[in-house]
Amino acid sequence: MRSETVVQVDGLVKRYGRKTAVDGLDLVARAGITAVLGPNGAGKTTTVETCEGYRRPDSGTVRVLGLDPVREASALRPRIGVMLQSGGVYSGARADEMLRHVARLHAHPLDVDALMERLGLGSCGRTTYRRLSGGQQQRLALAMAVVGRPELVFLDEPTAGLDPQARRATWDLVRDLRADGASVILTTHHMDEAEQLADDVAIIDAGRVIAKGTPEELCRGGAENTLRFSGRPGLDVASLLKALPADCTAAELTPGSYRVGGKVDPQLLATVTTWCAQHGVMPEKISVERHTLEDVFLELTGKELRG
Amino acid sequence: MTAGTDARTTGEGTGEGTGMYAPRPGAAPLPRMIATQAALETKMLLRNGEQLLLTVIIPTLLLVLFSAVDIIDTGEGKAVDFLAPGILALAVMSTAFTGQAIATGFERRYGVLKRLAASPLPRWGLMTAKTLSVLVTEVLQVLLVTVIALALGWSPQGNPLAVLLLLVLGTAAFSGLGLLMAGTLKAEATLAAANLVFLLLLVGGGVIVPLDKFPDAAQDLLGLLPISALSEGLRDVLQHGAGMPWGNLGILAVWAVVGLAAAGKFFRWE
Repeated sequence: MRSETVVQVDGLVKRYGRKTAVDGLDLVARAGITAVLGPNGAGKTTTVETCEGYRRPDSGTVRVLGLDPVREASALRPRIGVMLQSGGVYSGARADEMLRHVARLHAHPLDVDALMERLGLGSCGRTTYRRLSGGQQQRLALAMAVVGRPELVFLDEPTAGLDPQARRATWDLVRDLRADGASVILTTHHMDEAEQLADDVAIIDAGRVIAKGTPEELCRGGAENTLRFSGRPGLDVASLLKALPADCTAAELTPGSYRVGGKVDPQLLATVTTWCAQHGVMPEKISVERHTLEDVFLELTGKELRG
Repeated sequence: MTAGTDARTTGEGTGEGTGMYAPRPGAAPLPRMIATQAALETKMLLRNGEQLLLTVIIPTLLLVLFSAVDIIDTGEGKAVDFLAPGILALAVMSTAFTGQAIATGFERRYGVLKRLAASPLPRWGLMTAKTLSVLVTEVLQVLLVTVIALALGWSPQGNPLAVLLLLVLGTAAFSGLGLLMAGTLKAEATLAAANLVFLLLLVGGGVIVPLDKFPDAAQDLLGLLPISALSEGLRDVLQHGAGMPWGNLGILAVWAVVGLAAAGKFFRWE
């Protein structure tokens, strides 16, 4: 099932006036959870909204579940669920009323009450949309995206502005969707969200995909990892460096605190501890730091991810 | 990453696959989608205080006030015989034009139209539902105005079919103009402009002030407005028992065609 392609974007270009929002973007999303990661203004929303059929590509092709989102919209719409970045609800509609409404537009919707409970909206069903908190509005929009039992769900920054508990609830629902065979494309600028949820990650910057793979592949590939340990101050770092493979670095950061950079594998760890044993050093607080997507992004673009 | 234990591997009661969310996509039957959309739109309208003021309270108040108190010279005969057709025209304008423009403008602003565009309901289905919702509201308004006017001693004349035709064409004309405004201006601008137009047309469109109170040159121009065509047409039939008011029907038809075509061309969904 994981090999099935749900979204295929080839050479997508989208301009708004003179500004190029998406600049020759290629993306293949397999079944499962795909995170589209990038800073604000990277082109995430434009890409997703093109997949949802809201925008016509200036050039390139987009296929969603094998369909053209604009020309074959009527065939595609019932099969996808959409959560916009904000809004989408009559300001005077009650939460349960709106969700029930969207459910009635579908042939086999989920049970509305159970879904409201599940997302912690059970107590505010009678509240009008404009009186809901920001987090409640987000969760209602999420519920509206999944209530029609879609094959593919697009979530545009589903946890932006949520408190940690509500974020958890959203993540759990996304995982349940995946476990039951639905696919999810979500945009985020939270690294941990992509690392936690996604089977595949596409990192977007300035309208192009600059890296893609599983979170593990991205964190392993290219990025240097770090090994730290403590010992007595003033060890012979030059000697340590000689014992290490050629592309490694070693430094005493503060007196007694050492850092080794490079491809950290069991062999490297053994080399460091052997060197310590030969020099009568007891390495304390040994730690191996895996790179995060945050580091990967920083290395690739030289920019911090905001948010 | 310390708190980031992976529920995919730890299975904290999630990620197991209960089958509850197994995809089972499909659109509801089209009549059901349109009916549920029309019902929701009508509910939103009837729940909105400002909308009710516009569509129910102002027309009713004007009818009662000017029938009971002799403020304006409505010509020969009972005041209510002059006023009731004008108030019916006002009711149509308040719902099809002002109310629809304001509601749709804010739906556009709040992304409701955008979100519904991604639902199985086709756009023409949404527009059909909006029209149904306007018609339902108008039926309620016409009933209310008729009952009150009859209680005030109204004696309507003429051919009911001509009245129906005027109301339908008037609705089409005002809907086109309302949607054109809602689909092109910002929500706040629509709110202000729709209310201003409502007020101006209320005064200058033969609703409560007879058109012959205006200077001759102005009369010709005012007579071409959709509100004047509707109120004068209704008055010809209901007060004077005229046959088909072809002239006024023609004016309304032109407004309807131009307005709806322009709305279709220029309406922006987000």
